[in-house]
Amino acid sequence: MNSSVAVPHPRLTIRDLSFYYGRLQALKSISMDIPANHVTAFIGPSGCGKSTLLRTFNRLYELYPDQRTEGEVRLDGTNILERSHDVTLLRAKIGMVFQKPTPFPMSIYDNIAFGVKLYEKLARAEMDDRVEWALTRAALWNEVKDKLHAGGNSLSGGQQQRLCIARGIAIRPEVLLMDEPCSALDPISTARIEELMRELAEDYTVVIVTHNMQQAARVSDYTAYLYLGELVEFGHTEKLFTMPDKKATEDYITGKFG
Amino acid sequence: MQHDHTSKQFDNEMEAIRGAVLTMGGMVERQIRRAIDAFGNDDPDPLAPILDDERIINNMQIEIDRQCGNIIVRRQPAAIDLRIVMTVIQIVNDLERVGDEAKKIALRARPLAGIEERPAPVRGNEIGRLSEMARAMLQAALDAYARLDVTAAAEVIARDEQVDIEFGAITRRLMDGMTEDARTIAATLDALFIAKSIERIGDHATNIAEYVIHIVKGKDMRHAPLEAIRRETRA
Repeated sequence: MNSSVAVPHPRLTIRDLSFYYGRLQALKSISMDIPANHVTAFIGPSGCGKSTLLRTFNRLYELYPDQRTEGEVRLDGTNILERSHDVTLLRAKIGMVFQKPTPFPMSIYDNIAFGVKLYEKLARAEMDDRVEWALTRAALWNEVKDKLHAGGNSLSGGQQQRLCIARGIAIRPEVLLMDEPCSALDPISTARIEELMRELAEDYTVVIVTHNMQQAARVSDYTAYLYLGELVEFGHTEKLFTMPDKKATEDYITGKFG
Repeated sequence: MQHDHTSKQFDNEMEAIRGAVLTMGGMVERQIRRAIDAFGNDDPDPLAPILDDERIINNMQIEIDRQCGNIIVRRQPAAIDLRIVMTVIQIVNDLERVGDEAKKIALRARPLAGIEERPAPVRGNEIGRLSEMARAMLQAALDAYARLDVTAAAEVIARDEQVDIEFGAITRRLMDGMTEDARTIAATLDALFIAKSIERIGDHATNIAEYVIHIVKGKDMRHAPLEAIRRETRA
């Protein structure tokens, strides 16, 4: 049984979602609503299914033939897991940022423009504006505006991760998925990315997977605790970290686990 | 107090508890004024507004404690942030108890209002002056907290000695009165409890001033002698 809170304006509606790696069931009938314009965090021990859950939202699993889903993930009323739902369009609506910064081997400018060109035909001046907008939104513009044509790899780790976030939001998605976005970064860069997440949540639905419970407590409005592929508890972050409904959640967040 | 965390939300949360403490402090100060006014002016029902505000003050204590708990669990405050959060929990505890003392004063003031032969320290207004000293101490302690001013905090702590001396003098006069005329014992005890409540308010103000020094200097001054406190705050 899930302990799950009703959220005000769901952006993603997940119903009875199960996921299989071949015969292994990694997610067990998960139902929850991801609220629009908030940060939602997935926490849980390694192998609990939190990254798997995140990756179903943009069908990253389709790259692998023996991976499949059951159930529904609804975005704007349609089930995005349906084969008929165009996966390229889906990924324009649901962007993703990974654990390690993954800048393309091209200039800072082109890192942003590359994704935009897949979906939109923009005049040069419009593209310039878009690149500046995305870099500004990702709190990177001031640091790179004088070297837009330098390679993306020339940036520091924290800057590269902000470049990837800029690339993710340049196509103006509705949802931004972040899989351990700070685990390769130092505390200062982490604090900047966390603050950026708060700002992005004003316009986007942000979903983050993190090993770091304290990070979930700092940045998220809602937190889901997963264990062995099941959603144990989903609720307001403040409530979950002060008065969780489930004993299993309390044991995990207080470090009495296992 | 200027905060500049990378997280603006953290700044906002710290500012919110600071503001809430000052609001609560202002309400508690008003409770003392009301209690003392009730005592001096023969107000027929001084208790009603005090009891109304006491409920609000009690709820503020609970709400501020809740906010502090959330900051601890969500922000993992360190160094001065940790001292501020822990201190806020202590300050609201002291403020709530000052509110209780104000209520006790008002309760004891009622029987005193009806009688003709009031104890000498009441007639001569020594108790009124003592209460003004304690109230001013609380106000100064809250000001020192608002500005994180350790010099002002040390002055508040020094003033508590004077309150204690005055309280001792009042106690002796009340004892003299009881010795002279046993019929005044009931009224005298009321006056004594009132004086004791006022003296306690001075102690709570002193506690708050000690917390201010703890925040700024990182040194716990709760059981330090006045000389050590002066030394610590002089630099």
